[in-house]
Amino acid sequence: MTMEQDPIPQPESCEGGCDVSRRVFLGAAVATVAGALTGCGDISAEDFLQRNFREMSKQEVQETIARLEREYKEQFGRDVYVGNEPPIPGVIFAYALDLSRCIGCRRCVYACVKENNQSRDPQIQWIRVLQMDKEEGVNLEHDTAYYDPPEVPAPGHFYMPTACQQCKKPPCVKVCPVGATWREKDGIVVVDYNWCIGCRYCMAACPYGARHFNWGEPHLPADELNPHTHYLGNRPRYKGVVEKCTFCIQRTRNGRYPACVEICPTGSRKFGNILDPTSEIRMVLEHKRVFKFKEDLNTQPNFFYFYGV
Amino acid sequence: MAVLRTFASFVADSARLVLKGGRLYYAWIAFLLVLIAVGAVAYTGQLREGLIATHMRDQVSWGFYIGNFTFLVGVAAAAIMLVIPAYVYNWEPIKEITILGEMLAISALVMCLGFVLVDIGRPDRFWHILPFIGHLNWPSSLLAWDVLVLNTYLILNAFVVTYLLYCAYTEKHYVKKLVLPLVLFSIPMAVSIHTVTAYLYNGLASRPFWNSAILAPRFLASAFCSGPAILLILLQILRKTTKLRIKDEAIFKVAELMAYTMGFNLFLTAAEAFKEFYSNTQHVVYMQYLYFGLKGHYALVPFAWASVLCGLAAFILFLVPKTRKNWITLNIGCVLIYSSVYIEKGMGLIIPGFTPDTLGEIYVYRPSLTEVLVAGGIFAIGFLVFTLLLKAAVPMMLGEFTHTKGRDRFKDAVSSAG
Repeated sequence: MTMEQDPIPQPESCEGGCDVSRRVFLGAAVATVAGALTGCGDISAEDFLQRNFREMSKQEVQETIARLEREYKEQFGRDVYVGNEPPIPGVIFAYALDLSRCIGCRRCVYACVKENNQSRDPQIQWIRVLQMDKEEGVNLEHDTAYYDPPEVPAPGHFYMPTACQQCKKPPCVKVCPVGATWREKDGIVVVDYNWCIGCRYCMAACPYGARHFNWGEPHLPADELNPHTHYLGNRPRYKGVVEKCTFCIQRTRNGRYPACVEICPTGSRKFGNILDPTSEIRMVLEHKRVFKFKEDLNTQPNFFYFYGV
Repeated sequence: MAVLRTFASFVADSARLVLKGGRLYYAWIAFLLVLIAVGAVAYTGQLREGLIATHMRDQVSWGFYIGNFTFLVGVAAAAIMLVIPAYVYNWEPIKEITILGEMLAISALVMCLGFVLVDIGRPDRFWHILPFIGHLNWPSSLLAWDVLVLNTYLILNAFVVTYLLYCAYTEKHYVKKLVLPLVLFSIPMAVSIHTVTAYLYNGLASRPFWNSAILAPRFLASAFCSGPAILLILLQILRKTTKLRIKDEAIFKVAELMAYTMGFNLFLTAAEAFKEFYSNTQHVVYMQYLYFGLKGHYALVPFAWASVLCGLAAFILFLVPKTRKNWITLNIGCVLIYSSVYIEKGMGLIIPGFTPDTLGEIYVYRPSLTEVLVAGGIFAIGFLVFTLLLKAAVPMMLGEFTHTKGRDRFKDAVSSAG
């Protein structure tokens, strides 16, 4: 499909504004029927006809973002900025997590939810902290995400936070039937929430439980909304689509750290540009004992675990 | 133009055939319509609430719907079980029943597409998957492959069935040069729909339960057991209720072929179980959850063993010539093998793939009432399609009803109904 292709064929005699109005009219008619038939509520013609993000022209992207900002303002009664910052040339992001320092406090989980506008009800969390037995090591048969001791770290245990591993060979991208998810040039795997059909094949393919589905209508109180968003990142999501960690794309493409790195009280989380030889992440990868989660699956994560001490 | 006019009267007469029936026929149709209505109401609720109305969650992100889908792809594929001997070996007794197999395939495919549709989170974005209009991620995504092969197979079968019936209706012999290549083509197509569906799971390294090289062969072996089981029962019903003559020989031949595939299916299941339990790696947990339970969770265990025992019993009934040629034991065998494969290729395939999940969590999935009702509605749609196809096709196949003959039946039906 080319950039210029119209979703609806047009008669030759119809020119200029006539084209547009006809297209919008047809779109509105189809959208109303689709909305009514599928119970997905008020879908505008533009919503219904919106194309895959990667196939839009620059102008279409601008128009789409303006529309989304308008819709979000209606929904939340607040101004929402939807950014579209592209990957920075010469940057590939990588992450390293120090298993010997993490105490399992889950501050990262909640900082992530706050920053990335996850649904509060039903709850969605992109980071999952696993409590493991020290005797067993990293063993998924002896772990739980539902630990609740009076104090962390609990004796005899260590903690392994998991989230999207931003694979170089992401199985989720490979299986998506509509190309709604892809790996950006800076290594971030993203989802177009307006293109995802909600088949959940990516969730079956992901070996890290990193993808989450909006099983119900996501609820996000307006006063808890983070209005600084990115189209491919933390803008509010919809019922029936998949979402995941984006290394806080709205922050990191603007030179900031991800929220989980910033909040971590023990400094277990390291983040940076893997192409920069002077970066902290390169120091960790070159000098520490590093491993990749489920390395045998050859997903080649840009997310590393290490033992700092 | 003449052809078009004849075809229009073919369609109109088919509709008339379908609308006229006995009391039992109307009761059956009404029953199906009630199930469809209940399913539609349940589905409306699911659309309103979202898929949270199901019991699927992030840990078990596919469930009852996709399980039924997988099983029904097998039923659709099994149509070739009958086509192969009929056309390749030119074996006459079985030939007239291949069209029934093709109609069964059409109905099964309608249900398959229905189950996929109710499973997706954004059915309003359905057009995104259409080639050229949307963005079909082909050849990378196996789901894209599945969309293509399932629809091709549906169109192929629909065309062959329509063409054969139209020929019967116009009292002309079908053009063999047209039908034979299409029927032969439907053989690899049937294999491919089930292979592609198996690969859809098979290709996921994240799910060791599915990531086994014999998954696709197992799919085919089990499909060749369950699909013909439905047909065998159906053929007996049709012999009794219509003038369609189907020789005992044909039924017993199909049953004999089924005995071999059942044995093969059991062998493959045993091969899989041996590999998992003997090597006893961490990957054994999924099969352990299925057959023995894991960490105090036993939800699937009774079903898993029921499937194994039904499969074994059916195999013995079909293997021994005496029980194979006894109508009672033959039919018991059909029900047993059908149940066995329904469990094995439905919930028994999907749920252990997700339990424990990729991070080791056990989420015990059981379908919600919404899922059961919606599934009931889709099955009813499939049965309705099949019933209507049969209702129109049988008199045409028998030559009782053509563009010149059999019109008096409409008057009869009206007077007998009145």
